[in-house]
Amino acid sequence: MTDCINMTHGGGGRVMAELIRDVFHKHLGNRILDRGDDAGLFAVQKGRLVMSTDGHVIAPLFFPGGDIGALSVHGTVNDLAMMGAKPLYLTAGFILEEGYPLTDLERIVWSMASAAREAGVQIISGDTKVVERGKGDGVFITTTGIGVLPEGVDISVSNVTVGQSVLVSGTIGDHGVAVLSKRENLEFETEIYSDTASLHGLVADMVAAVPDIAMLRDPTRGGLSATLNEIATAAGVGITLDEVQIPVSPDVAAACELLGLDPQNIANEGKLIAICPSGKADALLAIMRAHPLGQNAAIIGKVTDDPSHLVQMKTAFGGTRIVDWLAGEQLPRIC
Amino acid sequence: MRYITEFRDRALAENLAGRIRRAVQPDRAYHFMEFCGGHTHAIFRYGVQDLMPPNVHFVHGPGCPVCVLPVRRLDDAIELAEKHGVILCTYGDMMRVPGTGRRSLIKAKADGADIRMVYSTLDALKIARENPDRQVVFFAIGFETTTPPTAVAIKMAQAERLTNFTVFCNHVLTPAAIEHVLDAPDGPAQIDGFLGPSHVSAVIGSHPYEAAAQKYQKPVVIAGFEPLDVMQSVLMLIGQVNAGRAEVENQYTRVVTRFGNRKAQALVAEVFTLRDRFEWRGLGSVPQSALQIRDNFADFDAERRFAASQKQSREVKSCECPAVLRGAKKPIECKLFGAVCTPDNPMGACMVSSEGACAAYFSYGRQRAPKDAA
Repeated sequence: MTDCINMTHGGGGRVMAELIRDVFHKHLGNRILDRGDDAGLFAVQKGRLVMSTDGHVIAPLFFPGGDIGALSVHGTVNDLAMMGAKPLYLTAGFILEEGYPLTDLERIVWSMASAAREAGVQIISGDTKVVERGKGDGVFITTTGIGVLPEGVDISVSNVTVGQSVLVSGTIGDHGVAVLSKRENLEFETEIYSDTASLHGLVADMVAAVPDIAMLRDPTRGGLSATLNEIATAAGVGITLDEVQIPVSPDVAAACELLGLDPQNIANEGKLIAICPSGKADALLAIMRAHPLGQNAAIIGKVTDDPSHLVQMKTAFGGTRIVDWLAGEQLPRIC
Repeated sequence: MRYITEFRDRALAENLAGRIRRAVQPDRAYHFMEFCGGHTHAIFRYGVQDLMPPNVHFVHGPGCPVCVLPVRRLDDAIELAEKHGVILCTYGDMMRVPGTGRRSLIKAKADGADIRMVYSTLDALKIARENPDRQVVFFAIGFETTTPPTAVAIKMAQAERLTNFTVFCNHVLTPAAIEHVLDAPDGPAQIDGFLGPSHVSAVIGSHPYEAAAQKYQKPVVIAGFEPLDVMQSVLMLIGQVNAGRAEVENQYTRVVTRFGNRKAQALVAEVFTLRDRFEWRGLGSVPQSALQIRDNFADFDAERRFAASQKQSREVKSCECPAVLRGAKKPIECKLFGAVCTPDNPMGACMVSSEGACAAYFSYGRQRAPKDAA
């Protein structure tokens, strides 16, 4: 095999077959994928299925705490998990740029395999395309996932009503700041790691303990503020936050201070927002904190009656302000 | 975070709020202009207004470099990238500001112009070194704070004999703008004092405001950008107003001295000289309010290397940015505010910049009823 991706790796010939065998099947192999059919074949379970897709174009491809491979598994697994589903299968589409080192590609695929194993999902079908040098940026990965929804689970923004409590599963902004710290024109030394992780294990514990969770969502691009504004708009409610309660690690707070960013606008890849009846909030919080991915969980606010559907915050300083959607694009290519 | 959280301490804020409540005379109003957009955003972001008695009002000033740049200069920058085919390096805040016909740098970039967002002048120099066969222009904007780094870049380019690097200079001066605001015939109804610039003053010192304070009998308190800085400065201004004093006081003593950073001043004086006049959005043509590149550095002056075409530059009709920048109107008094003009669809610069008053109102404070925000 040559050391870098070239156009023949996407050409449909022997070289492409070798790449699929020596990189993709070698690491991702499982009973369904190994059949080598055009599509992954699996039995349909009884009940309801959920399905989601997510494209990943992050730069740089390797960042503190993860890489595009792990991220591409976590991203789609979490989309399924936010419905309360158990993820089962993924498919993966790779767009590779001519000249990309094969050893790096193998690291990425290996990382996908570990993330999938850890999440208990199988990658059962894939696709590889190669584009000319300069037409891509190393590797883009799109994953699609299917999961099964347990009986009785109903998690949806339509369940959100006035008076419910808003919780977050841990410190915000870690992923975005970790990626930013490795950007070419901005490199800074920090101990911040991306929080990229599959959240369905945490969700399973939460749903088991508090079956009437109203809704879940992972605050990825646009961070906490974008996600809460989406919820407020979709549910036709207001949300009031207490800034003191929102967990932010000191390193992230310091980096944001330096860069003029707001942690609430920054992407997360291993955090979730939960909304539940206020009487169940303490029980839910205890369950979340008992899980390794929810140790720093906190109750951060309440759903309110507000015809303007605003997200507002009591500031740590003692005033109030709006927490708005981010305008424009603060951090491009973050996931 | 050490040296940060101390300046956002809630107990100290409540203490200061109590002292301000006790200091104000109930039968009069206090209108203080915070010159800098940085102050405007601190006031909104931390909810400082909520801690003020009802008769203390903030009037937002023109200290937002992106906002005061007239449309014509932005049109010229877009033209540099589109017509002259240069690599235009700009600070991110400029990207979405609408020019004539609501054309912006970000739209020009989408149409194929080579426009790059940089974090510092050094990034622009690096791009010039890496692209020796292209012309690279740094779109320099800002008050006295961003001027020294531009001077450094020009001197470095000269030392390295970089022949493909120039600066499109739009640096402006704060004291001239303050005097102009006070001179404006249709200026704000009332300004009882100024929260003076913080970072600008770190460079130029506090003494350049002394003449204006004396001449117009308005107190100035140089104020830091943290919310407690703002509150303490308000208390100091109230003290001056109550005593009938009009002096320049310095609240931001941990950074600002009377004569500022002389090394930076010398560097700026070496590279730049005063323009006779410069057009400001909102303030009009202001004499001796901006800098241009000196003759000895002419090779690095984009205005001398690339001729700007004659064109009709126009603001968006009924955008009240100019009046907002003079402190004559509140953002919410603009017909476009929040309806057609939002941060996602800005009609004027004040809604775009992270230092703009309209953006602060919209993003942090639009929940307030008009009477409360006014």
